[in-house]
Amino acid sequence: MNLSPSVGARRSPGPWRTAAADLVHNRSALAAAALLLIVVLATLCAPLYADHIAHTDPFQSHVSGTTVVGGKTVPVLTPSSTGLGLGVTPIGPTWDPAHYLLGADNQGRDVMARLLYGGRTSLFIGVTAALLTCVIGTAVGVVAGYAGGVVDAVISRILDVIWAFPVYLLAICLSVVLLTNGLKLGPITVEAGSLWLPVAIIAAIYVPYIARPLRGQVLVLRNKEFIHAAIGSGAPTLRILRREVLPNVVPTAIVFVPLMTALAMLTESALSFLSVGVQPPEASWGTIIEDGLGLLYTRPTVTIAPGLLIALTTAALNVLGDGVRDALDPSARLRGGV
Amino acid sequence: MPEPLLDVRDLRVSFRTRTGAVTAVDGLSFSVAPGEVLGVVGESGSGKSVSMLAVLRLLTNPNVTVSGEVLFRGRDLLALPDKEMRAIRGREIAMVFQDPMTALTPVYTVGWQIAEQIRAHEQVSRKKAQARAVQLLSDVGIPDAASRVNAYPHEFSGGMRQRAVIAMALSCSPALLIADEPTTALDVTVQAQILDLIRELNGLGSAVVLITHDMGVVSQIADRVLVMYGGRAAEEGPRRAVFHGPRHPYTWGLLDSVPRVGGARLRRLPTIAGMPVSPGNIPEGCAFAPRCRLRHDRCEERPALSGDTHLDACWLPPDDRAALRLTARSSASAATDMDTEAAS
Amino acid sequence: MLSFALKRFGSALLVMFAISVLVFLIFFATPGVDPAARIAGRNADPATLAQVRHSFGLDRPMPIRYLLMMRHLLIDRDLESFVNRGSRVIPQIVQATPVTLSLVIGAALIWMTAGILMGTAAATLRGKAADPLIMLVGVVGVSLPAYWLGEVVNLITQKQLHSSVFSWVPPPGYVGLSQDPGQWALHMLFPWLTLALLYAGIYARLLRGEVITALNEDYVRTARAKGLSERRILIRHALRCSLIPIVSLFGLDFGALVGGAALLTEVVFGLPGIGKLTYDALQNLDLPVIMGTVLYAAFFVVLANALVDILYARLDPRARHA
Repeated sequence: MNLSPSVGARRSPGPWRTAAADLVHNRSALAAAALLLIVVLATLCAPLYADHIAHTDPFQSHVSGTTVVGGKTVPVLTPSSTGLGLGVTPIGPTWDPAHYLLGADNQGRDVMARLLYGGRTSLFIGVTAALLTCVIGTAVGVVAGYAGGVVDAVISRILDVIWAFPVYLLAICLSVVLLTNGLKLGPITVEAGSLWLPVAIIAAIYVPYIARPLRGQVLVLRNKEFIHAAIGSGAPTLRILRREVLPNVVPTAIVFVPLMTALAMLTESALSFLSVGVQPPEASWGTIIEDGLGLLYTRPTVTIAPGLLIALTTAALNVLGDGVRDALDPSARLRGGV
Repeated sequence: MPEPLLDVRDLRVSFRTRTGAVTAVDGLSFSVAPGEVLGVVGESGSGKSVSMLAVLRLLTNPNVTVSGEVLFRGRDLLALPDKEMRAIRGREIAMVFQDPMTALTPVYTVGWQIAEQIRAHEQVSRKKAQARAVQLLSDVGIPDAASRVNAYPHEFSGGMRQRAVIAMALSCSPALLIADEPTTALDVTVQAQILDLIRELNGLGSAVVLITHDMGVVSQIADRVLVMYGGRAAEEGPRRAVFHGPRHPYTWGLLDSVPRVGGARLRRLPTIAGMPVSPGNIPEGCAFAPRCRLRHDRCEERPALSGDTHLDACWLPPDDRAALRLTARSSASAATDMDTEAAS
Repeated sequence: MLSFALKRFGSALLVMFAISVLVFLIFFATPGVDPAARIAGRNADPATLAQVRHSFGLDRPMPIRYLLMMRHLLIDRDLESFVNRGSRVIPQIVQATPVTLSLVIGAALIWMTAGILMGTAAATLRGKAADPLIMLVGVVGVSLPAYWLGEVVNLITQKQLHSSVFSWVPPPGYVGLSQDPGQWALHMLFPWLTLALLYAGIYARLLRGEVITALNEDYVRTARAKGLSERRILIRHALRCSLIPIVSLFGLDFGALVGGAALLTEVVFGLPGIGKLTYDALQNLDLPVIMGTVLYAAFFVVLANALVDILYARLDPRARHA
């Protein structure tokens, strides 16, 4: 058949186009998407900012560096006058993009530049982990739900156990073990300091979040007439999965992507905060919060700024995710109401 | 005619939707006398259920506007304060819904739910209410009611649940029972039992409004019949009159499409041509005109429901409707034959 | 009923066993990781490594090693920390448990109350000003990093406003309930609120959706037709049925939190609970302590799930025969 879209005058717009139209009319989702776009663009500009505006290397200590505030040259770090005098107080926000806009951390590094670079890391880990989880989770859920029997029983029990295990605890256990030596799993080798390590860990722990609801969906689909019809007509299993099952579960999986990204970013930041996530010299928003821990009462910006960015980004992802959910599959739920 | 128990005048229900206002009930008027059974028939979307929900003010969607008058024992229900309306619901007017599977709250026992209604309207102890619930369940024919009273809805079959819902409706001996397709979701054998139950209830003095799309059900039980189409009354009258001398072409179609056990074997059951009107675009004039084989210029204008005891809303000359019906029927079967030939 | 209970018990044991095996495998069988190297320190010579291997039974086959660990943990109950030789694992856990329970139970009471009130209010006020506000709180709750929120709360109550509004807030730490109930509550107040804020929004959002669905159910129409008051319909019918999915989520969350998911809040507020214990042990790769706390976690998760099953059956008669 060779029907061009214009010939089929009474063709309905199709689910994807309807969903896109719904999403375009959802103002809060659009605002969230715009916000995300700004955050992504800003982090992409990190080297530009560091090299051409701030003129500083945010991965290098500037313990004895100086900068200019209000025309006067001042040290970036001053020894603290209180207590034993062992600590240092970095320079606070100057609101001058060329000279430590948001101040420095306790190694004299430009917080703003680190925020931009850290955002790249956080977003990279969040997005790749979420995509990986959704792909693996969908595959596992579809296989378990469609195969049934022993395969389903085994997969479901494994998922149950991971599901019952507090996620952060599981992530921390995995991180602690893998951080020293990296991961060697057959042909895949992940270096200890690599960003792919937190990606793999976060992706692994959230698989049940995706696989369980999708398995349930496939179980329902499995008993639908059109699947019986496809089986009855002798179609090979792979084709049934590809042509009949997947198109019905992919919308749900897509709904999970932004929500999962938010969850992955929060998890990454928590792991990094506990120093079992992103490892130096890499920076992420979580590690910057950890850096700011000792400075909380003197230079709170170092802690507050990355936290606000995480909150803002995850909130935008959640709002966007809600919009995508409303447009594609209103019944899709991750664990809980998220 | 005695003073009516329920007198509905010019009832209008419209829904606000994304694409504009949709009129579901458009100037409906009817009345129910004490102790009478009124059968309300019509296709899906004819506004029969919506109008009854409007009578009891059960349309809670904020996008709905209801206007007109609903006089129950002389009081306008639409103007009543919420509190007084609640005292009427369940006590004086009870309602039974179509799907017994979902009509009961799943987490409470059947007896609890019946007792809840009794205690909402009468000052009786929990124990007494529970005892009444047992009595009611056994009245509606649930065996071993004393123990079944503590069963949960999911432990009942569909027919049993509908009995339980009816028992609940009867609990305060209402003057009027509105039954919205009470048998549609049930097996045929159970349907007959439920109809018997409603008939018994009517024998005890309650008036009944029975909503259905099944002419057979109406012919068994109704004293009077109201035929609705497109949110308006098409025909109204005593059962015998409507069944033996139907006046509106839509009623003809409804009656002709019922298979007859004793009648001639038809090659194919007659159907009403065309699609039912959707509440979104009811024509200015007669709502049935687009599907009517006898439509003429006059039908551009909206016909009023007129007549003495047997009323109808149609512009055809009132005297020779029987002859016109035969004409319509033969032209319909000719069209069907042509279709069949063309197909074969 | 007895067979149901036995089955439930059996599956609970199975989950606990599976979790212990999972943790054991993570620490002892992860490819490329040598636990002896972690224990002996980074630059240990081969002789030390061999000694460590032997003394911890690391040269024995895997199942034996697992059984040895379990025997020390459960039967002899004399498992000792690898790092702080001489300090036993079980007493540490026993000591940390009330701290975690205080934190989680208090926070749970707050978030359930707030969640149910907000969710029900949002469902009944749909489309009015309060509804989007409550939904906003929900989004904030799922978007804030727990530890960061704790830090900010500390900053405000301990530094920025400590000399004015929050002068009554004690420094971070824990005071036992039996020692001084007033101080206990005072010390726990902000940890409770912080933890509760993260969950109240999720519960409110979930409940809002459930109540809205329930209010459109046929049984609510029946209840209205019975002449019940709107209040009674909302609470006794719609809300009652909506609580069923909430309770099953609550069981999971509560079990996870008691089992160590409150770790971040405990670390930030300096509460010496199970999460903090696990965290400290993880920092040192103190395997026996980790095994102990994780099994404890599994115990609570499984216990919470079993309790939820019972509660679920009480709430939903349809589940009783499953």
